[in-house]
Amino acid sequence: MKIVLKNLTKKFPSRNKKSKQEVIAVSNFDFEIPDGKLIGLLGPSGCGKSTALNLISGLQMPTEGRIFFGEEDVTMLPPEHRGVGLVFQSYALYPHLTVQQNIIFPLENLKGSAKLTKEEMQKRALEAAKLVQIDQLMERKPNELSGGQQQRVAIARALVKLPKVLLLDEPLSNLDARLRLQTREELKRIQQETKITTIFVTHDQEEAMSISDQIIVMKEGVVQQIGKPQDVYDDPHNLFVAKFLGTPPINVFEGRVEDEKLYIGEEAVLDVPFVADQPIYVGIRPEGFQVAEDGPFTTSLQGVEVMGRDISVISKHALCQNENIRSIVTAETKVDTTKETVSFRLKPYKVYLFHKETEKRIYFKQ
Amino acid sequence: MEKNSLKSWLYLLPAFLFLGVFMIYPLVDVFVYSFEEGYNSASQTFYGTGLYNYSYVLHDPYFLQALKNTFILVLITVPLSTGLALLISLGLNSIRKLKELFQTIFFLPYVTNTLAVGLVFMILFKKTPYSDGMVNLLIQWFGGQGVDFIDGPYWAKMFVLCFYTVWIVLPFKILILTSALASVNDIYYKAAKVDGTSRFRIFYKITLPMISPMIFYLIITGFIGAFKAYSDAVALFGVNLNAAKMNTIVGYVYDMLYGDSGGYPSYASAAAILLFAIVLTITCINLLASKKHVHY
Repeated sequence: MKIVLKNLTKKFPSRNKKSKQEVIAVSNFDFEIPDGKLIGLLGPSGCGKSTALNLISGLQMPTEGRIFFGEEDVTMLPPEHRGVGLVFQSYALYPHLTVQQNIIFPLENLKGSAKLTKEEMQKRALEAAKLVQIDQLMERKPNELSGGQQQRVAIARALVKLPKVLLLDEPLSNLDARLRLQTREELKRIQQETKITTIFVTHDQEEAMSISDQIIVMKEGVVQQIGKPQDVYDDPHNLFVAKFLGTPPINVFEGRVEDEKLYIGEEAVLDVPFVADQPIYVGIRPEGFQVAEDGPFTTSLQGVEVMGRDISVISKHALCQNENIRSIVTAETKVDTTKETVSFRLKPYKVYLFHKETEKRIYFKQ
Repeated sequence: MEKNSLKSWLYLLPAFLFLGVFMIYPLVDVFVYSFEEGYNSASQTFYGTGLYNYSYVLHDPYFLQALKNTFILVLITVPLSTGLALLISLGLNSIRKLKELFQTIFFLPYVTNTLAVGLVFMILFKKTPYSDGMVNLLIQWFGGQGVDFIDGPYWAKMFVLCFYTVWIVLPFKILILTSALASVNDIYYKAAKVDGTSRFRIFYKITLPMISPMIFYLIITGFIGAFKAYSDAVALFGVNLNAAKMNTIVGYVYDMLYGDSGGYPSYASAAAILLFAIVLTITCINLLASKKHVHY
C-alpha cells in the first residue's frame, strides 16, 4: 500500500497564552511513500517526526492537508479504520496479559464479517510470534521478558492484524547498543518478509541509514531532504542535512570564494569553478581529506587515533566550527606525529559549499 | 553475632511493648472474658467458664437484629459506594474543563464535620411538628405518600442509614480511584485505539485490570469499615439504637458495656469476638479472591 501525504500540516495552539502564536509541528509535508518500502523518518528530537507518525496513524488529526492510503483518502478516518499497526517507543504492552493475549488482543476487537474463531486467532498469533521468533515465550508476562523480547512482542502485536502500514516510533531507542544492531537487521528482515510498507521514526542517523530504503530528514517540522540514504549522504541539500548525517560528523569551516577558488583562512584549498565570490560555509566529510605534505590545507596536528582498518587524524583549525577536525584516512597513511602541523589535499566530491545566510547548498563543477 | 542479635531484639522492644500492651493483651483479654460467665470488671470475679456467653449472644434478638442490620449495611453500601465512586471517577477523568473544581466538590464531604452532615440529613429526612423534611416534601410534590424516615418503617430507616454511609465513604473512594485512573499510562489507550478496541472493552480489559489493586483495597477496607459501623447509626437515630431496631454489632458491644442495659463485659466480649471472626473470614475470602483477579 503506497502512502501519499499532501501538504500535511499540524499546528498546536500555543501554551503561552500571551503570545497567540501557534506551534507548527509539521509543515507542508508532501511525499509519496512507495508500496512495500522501509522508510526512515529522521531528525533531532522535537522536529515533528513523531507528530508526523501520529498523523499517519490517525491518533492525531492534521490541521491541513490530506493523507491517502493507496487511492483511499483516510485523512478523517479514526486509527482503527486505517489498518495501521503501531509500535510505540515504550512498546505499550499490556502488563496484565501474557504474550499470547497481548498478540491476540487486536484480533479480538474485530467485528462483523472480519470476526475470527478462537483457533484462527491462535493460529494467526502463533504465525506472528514465529515471524519475530518469540513463539517460545507465549505464556510469559511482559515484565518477565527482556527489552528486546518485549520489542518483538510489540511488533508481533502490530503485525498480527495484517496491517497495510506498519509504523514504528523510535523502535530501537530502548535497547542496548548490541541488541540495537541485531534488532535493526531483524526489522529489515521482517519488513522484507511481510512486504508491508513500513515507516519508522528515529533520531539516530546510523540506524536510519543502515536499514531504510529511503530516508526523510526533518527539522523543525519541515522536510529537509528525501532520498536513498547514500544519495542523501553524498548530496546533502543544505548544511543541516550535511551536519546531521554521518559519523564522525562532517567538518564545517567558515570560508570564502574568491576568483573561483575556495579559501579557508588565507589558503586557497580547492578550485571551485562557476561559483561567485562570497563568504560561505564549507563542509568536508571526514573521508574527504588526504594527507599530503604539499597539500594546500594546513591544520595544527593534535593526534592520531588508530582504529585498525583506518586511522583518524585529529587536528585543529581556527575557522573550524567543530571542536576538532576529524579526518579518516587509510591505515597505510604515514602521519608524522612529531610535527606541529598536518597538511591535506581535499577530494572535491566530499567538499560541500553552503550559502552563508540560507545555508543552502551551492554547487560547483567538479 | 550473639551480642548483635540481642541488640536488635532490644531495638525492637519498644514496638513489641506497645503492640503487646495495647493490641495483643486486650485481644487476648477479650477472648478470655468471652468464655468467663458473668465477669465483673470491678470485683474481677466470674462464676463459671464455657460457651454460655456465645449462646446467650446468639440467642439475643437484639444481637440478631444488629447482625442483620450490619450485614444489610455491608452488602448494600460496599458494592454501591465502590461502584458509584468508580463511575464518578471515570466521569471526572474524562472531562477536561473544571476537573479540579469537581474533584474539590466531590471531596468536600470528606472534610466536612460529621455533625454538620448529620444536621443536613435531619433537614432532608426528619419529620418534625413543623416540617415533614425535604425528601418527604419532594415525594408529596410528585403525589407520593410521605414516610417517616427516622422513626418510621424499617426499610425507610435502613435506606437513610445506607444513604448516609455511602455519602460518607464516597469522597475517599473517589479520591483513590481518580488518582488510580490518572496513573494508568495514556500509551495503553493509544495502543488500544489503534487496534480498534471498543470503549467498553478498553474499560473492561485495560482500565479495570490496571486499577484492580486499588479497587480491591477499597473493597477490603470498605467491608471492614462497614462491619465496624456504629457512629453513623447514632448520628441518625440517637443512642437508643435497640429501640429503633437500627443497632449494629459494634453498637451492641457498646450497649452491653456502657448502655442502659450495660454492665455485661462477658456478653460484650463474646459479641466482639464474633465480629472479629466475621471480619477475619470476609477479609480472608477477599484476599483469596483478589489473588485470582488482581493484576499487579
